[in-house]
Amino acid sequence: MASTLFRTIQIHPFFLYPTALFSRRNGVLYCTMKSSQTQTATQEKQQPPKVKVPQHALKKTVDKITRDYEAIIGIETHVQLSTLTKAFCSCPYNYGSQPNTNICPICMGLPGALPVLNSKVIEFAVKLGLALNCKLSLNSKFDRKQYFYPDLPKGYQISQFDIPIATGGYVDLDLPLEFGGGHRKFGITRVHMEEDAGKLLHSGNGDYSQVDLNRAGVPLLEIVSEPDMRTGIEAAEYAAELQRVVRYLGISNGNMQEGSLRCDVNVSIRPVGQSEFGTKVEIKNLNSFSSINRAIDFEISRQALLHSQGQSDQIVQETRLWEEGAQKTVTMRKKEGLSDYRYFPEPNLPEVILTQEYVDSISNSLPELPEAKRRRYEKMGLSMQDVLFLANDMNVAEYFDETLSSGADIKLAANWIMGDIAAYMKNKKLSINDIKLTPQELAELIASIKSGTISGKIGKEVMFYFYYRVKQFKHFRVQQLFYLQILYDF
Amino acid sequence: MLSTIQPPRYLSRFPLRGRTKSRSFHILSSAQPVTKTCFAADKSQILSIRDSLLNRHLSAVELTHSYLDRLKQTEPHINCFLHVSDPDKVLKQAQDIDDKIKRNEEVGPLAGVLVAIKDNICTADMPSTGGSYILEGYRPPFDATAVKRLKDLGAIVVGKTNLDEFGMGSTTEASAFKVTANPWDLSRVPGGSSGGSAASVSARQCVVSLGSDTGGSVRQPASFCGVVGLKPTYGRVSRFGLMAYASSLDVIGCFGSSVADTGILLHAISGHDSLDATSSKREVPDFTSQFTYASSLKSRPLEGLRVGLIRETVDAGVDSGVKSAIEGAAAHLEQLGCVLKEVSLPSFSLGLPAYYILASSESSSNLSRYDGVRYGNQASSDELNVLYEESRAKGFGSEVKMRILMGTYALSAGYYDAYYKRAQQVRTIIRKSFKAALDENDILISPAAPSAAYKIGEKKNDPLAMYAGDIMTVNVNLAGLPALVLPCGFVEGGAVGLPVGLQIIGAAFDEWCELPAKFAKHKCLLNGFFERNL
Repeated sequence: MASTLFRTIQIHPFFLYPTALFSRRNGVLYCTMKSSQTQTATQEKQQPPKVKVPQHALKKTVDKITRDYEAIIGIETHVQLSTLTKAFCSCPYNYGSQPNTNICPICMGLPGALPVLNSKVIEFAVKLGLALNCKLSLNSKFDRKQYFYPDLPKGYQISQFDIPIATGGYVDLDLPLEFGGGHRKFGITRVHMEEDAGKLLHSGNGDYSQVDLNRAGVPLLEIVSEPDMRTGIEAAEYAAELQRVVRYLGISNGNMQEGSLRCDVNVSIRPVGQSEFGTKVEIKNLNSFSSINRAIDFEISRQALLHSQGQSDQIVQETRLWEEGAQKTVTMRKKEGLSDYRYFPEPNLPEVILTQEYVDSISNSLPELPEAKRRRYEKMGLSMQDVLFLANDMNVAEYFDETLSSGADIKLAANWIMGDIAAYMKNKKLSINDIKLTPQELAELIASIKSGTISGKIGKEVMFYFYYRVKQFKHFRVQQLFYLQILYDF
Repeated sequence: MLSTIQPPRYLSRFPLRGRTKSRSFHILSSAQPVTKTCFAADKSQILSIRDSLLNRHLSAVELTHSYLDRLKQTEPHINCFLHVSDPDKVLKQAQDIDDKIKRNEEVGPLAGVLVAIKDNICTADMPSTGGSYILEGYRPPFDATAVKRLKDLGAIVVGKTNLDEFGMGSTTEASAFKVTANPWDLSRVPGGSSGGSAASVSARQCVVSLGSDTGGSVRQPASFCGVVGLKPTYGRVSRFGLMAYASSLDVIGCFGSSVADTGILLHAISGHDSLDATSSKREVPDFTSQFTYASSLKSRPLEGLRVGLIRETVDAGVDSGVKSAIEGAAAHLEQLGCVLKEVSLPSFSLGLPAYYILASSESSSNLSRYDGVRYGNQASSDELNVLYEESRAKGFGSEVKMRILMGTYALSAGYYDAYYKRAQQVRTIIRKSFKAALDENDILISPAAPSAAYKIGEKKNDPLAMYAGDIMTVNVNLAGLPALVLPCGFVEGGAVGLPVGLQIIGAAFDEWCELPAKFAKHKCLLNGFFERNL
C-alpha cells in the first residue's frame, strides 16, 4: 500500500539522454529504472524493473519522437472525498470493510429511496475549486448520467453535466530537478461533484462476478485538465501536485493504491507544427505516478512508431489498459463514438446555490497551499532542490515550519531535515510524524550548534539518543556539560 | 336552511336505501344487520371511530372484525387488494388498542382506523410489488415515511391495494396481477392508477387509504368510485418510500369517504422529511381545526369565496352527463355564497403532451434500477446483457415498456432539447397561468375526468384515448398544486348510476383553503347519498 513519491524515480527521460539510459547487454538495450524514498510508513521496496526492447526499433522510435512529434496529454482525475458519510445517504465508508456492510436503501438503489445531499461535499468541492484557482459556479445542479452496469445500483450516476461547480482554473508546479526542473502551469477545465459506483469482484475462472456496493455513493470530485501536458513526467507531476493539494486541504487522503485518487490519461500525438489534434487514446488502470509516467511514454512511442510506419490509421479512439507486469498498454475496448448518457437534471435534488459569504468564509479558511509554500521557501533563499523536498510533503513542510518558528536557522534546519533526519527515516522506514525528535528540540539543537555550544559532530550523535527517547532526555536543556556528560557515560 | 336545497333532478330516482339489482349487493344486504358501523357520509368516520372507542361504545376489535368481514365478502368481486394483512395480526393490533384504552392510556388520533396502502408505497412487513412482476414477492426493508407516520399514530394497515404497474395507467388494467372492479358497476374500471385504493374505500373495506398521484391517479379514481380524493401540493408529503414514477410530479394522496377523513389523513402524513430533499419545510397547518358541523354553518357559509370554473374543461370532449353534474355543483356553490365565474387557461391543452414527455422521460430513468440484479425477479443467464434484457422484458408490462421507450427516446442525444427541455418550458407556462388564475380566484373547479367510469377493456387497445382522459388532471401535477375531488353527482350507467367528481384546485400549499369549502359543500349536497349498500 505504499505510495511512491513520483519525484524519487530516477528515470532519465530517454529522449533527452538516450545513450546514458540504455546499457547495452547482449545486443539488447536495457533501460533501468530505480525508485527510492517512499512516503508512508508502510514502505515497499521497489524492484528496478527491466524492460527488454529490440535495439534498432527503440533507437529509431526515440529519434522520431524527439524530432517529429508532439504529444498532447490530458488527465481526468477522480478524487474520493474523505467525508464521514457518503454523498447522498448516511452510510459511512471504510476502505477494506467486508463487502456490502456499508450500505442502505439509498445507496443500494432500492425502490422508493431518495438521495439527500451531504453538505460537506459542497464544502470540499468549493475548497478544491478555490485551491485550483477556478471560477466557481454560484448556481449549479446535479444531473443523471444513465447507463446500465451491475456496480451502478440505480442505473444512473448522480453527477454534474453542463454546469459543474468549478471551471477554468490552473495548477502551478515545479518539475523535479532530476528531470530538468522548470516551472509549469497546467490548465484545469472543470471540477464537478459526483458519486462513485460499487466494485465488481471477478471470480478467478471468469465464471461469475460479485457486486460489492460499499463504495457506491461515496462522493467524488472529478477534475478534468486541459490537454496541456507534453511528456510523461509532466503528467505524473501534475497528478502528484493534485495529490498534494487534496492532502493539504484535508479533503481526501489521495491514495492511488487505495483508489482514493484515480487517474485516466488521454494521449495523442501530432506532427510538430500541426495544429490539428491526433486521435486520442485513453489509458486506464494506472495505480501509481510512476505508472502514469511509463504508460504515457510507452503510448507515445507506440503511436509514434505507428505513425512512422505509415500506419497512423491504426491509432483508433479507444480505451487501453496499462499492464504493470508487461509494462505496456493493451486494448480494452474500442470506443465506437461517444456513449449517449442521456443526461437530464436530477429531479430529486434542489439546485446548489452558493452565496459569496460562504465562498469567502471557505477561502479564508484555506491552509497555505503547496505552490504558495514553494514560493515562500524560495524567497527564504533555499535552493530549488531543498524547496521541492521540503514543500512537497505536507508533514515535512509542517515540521520544517515549526522548526523555523522555534527560531532555527533556515539553512541549517533544511540541511538537518534533508540530511540526517531523512536518512534516519529511510533507514527505519518511518515517516516524519513518527520521529520522536520534536521540531522545538531540533531548533534548540540547531541553535546550540550555531552558537558554538556544541559541535556539529556531537550534535549528530546526540540526535541519535533523541530517536530512542532515553528517559533522561525528556526534559532536555541545551547544556554543553550535559551533552558531554551523556557522551562520556556512553 | 340547508335542508331546503333540492338534490339535482336526475338523482331523485336513486334509492337511498334498499335492494338493488346486482347480486353482490344482495349477498351482503341479507347478511349481518345494519350495525353501528354504518356511518353517515357527511360525518367524519375517523372522528366517529375515535369517539366510539374512547367512550367505549365500540371496541377496536369489533370494528376491525366488521371491516374484515366486509373485506372478505366483497373482495372476490372487486379485487382491490394485492396483499391482505394477516387477520390475526390485525386483530392483535386492535386488541392492543383496546387494552390501552382500558388502561386509560393515550392512543394516537388514528387508533383503530383501518388504512389500505397502494402497493407502490413501501411497507416493511408486507410485499410491495408496485403492481409489477419484476417486484413480485419483494419485501422492502423499510417503511415509507407516510406509512411510518400513520403507524405511529395508531392506524392499522389492512393491506396493499392494486394499481396500474408503477403508477402508469388510468384503469388498473395495467396491473400485472389482477384488474380491480368499480364497486358501483363491476363491469367497469375503478380508474387508475390508484384504482384499488379508491375502490376499497368506496366498498367500505377500510376507512381511508393512501394512493399516489402523478397525473391524476388519485383524483380520477376518486371521481370514478364516488369517494373523496385529495392530491396535496408537491412537497407537502414526503416521497420517501414511494416507488418513483416521475420524481418531479409524484405525490402521495389520500382517499376517504368524507372530506374530513381525507383532511385528517393528510394532516397525519404531511410535513418535512429529512429523507426527501424535495419535501417542503413549510409548517403544516392543522387542517382539522377548520372543520365545523353542518348545523353550525350559516346560510351562506362560503360567502365571498371566488370560484373559477375552467372553461377549457367543460368544452367539447366532455360527456354531457359530466358537464351537467359540474354545472349543478357550480350552481350549488353559488347558492352557498360563492362568486362564480368562468376562467380561461389558454395553455391548458398543452399540458397533456408536456406531461407525457416529462413523465415518460423521468420514469425511463427511475425504472432503470429494476434490473433483476439486487432484488426482484431475475431471469437467469450467463451473459450480463441477456440478464438485463430478459429480466426487464419479462418483468415489465407493455404499458411500462412503452413509456420507458418513449422516455429513453425523448432524452437521447439530439432530442433532449426538442422534447424534454421544451416540455419543461411548457410546464413553466402552465404554472404561470395557473398562478395568475389563482391570484384572481380563491379556487378553480373542473371535472376530474371527461367521463364517468368506462367498461373494463374499452380503452385497452387505444392508449391514446386513455391518455386523453388525463386532460383534466395533469396540469395540476405540472403546476404542483393541491387538488381535491369530491363526488358531486351521477350519470346514467350501471345499476344505480355512476358517480362523477368535482375537482377543486387551490393555490400551492393552500390545501386548507379548499377543505372547509369542500367540507361545507360536501355536507350539503351529499347527505346520505353515498352510503353504499354493498
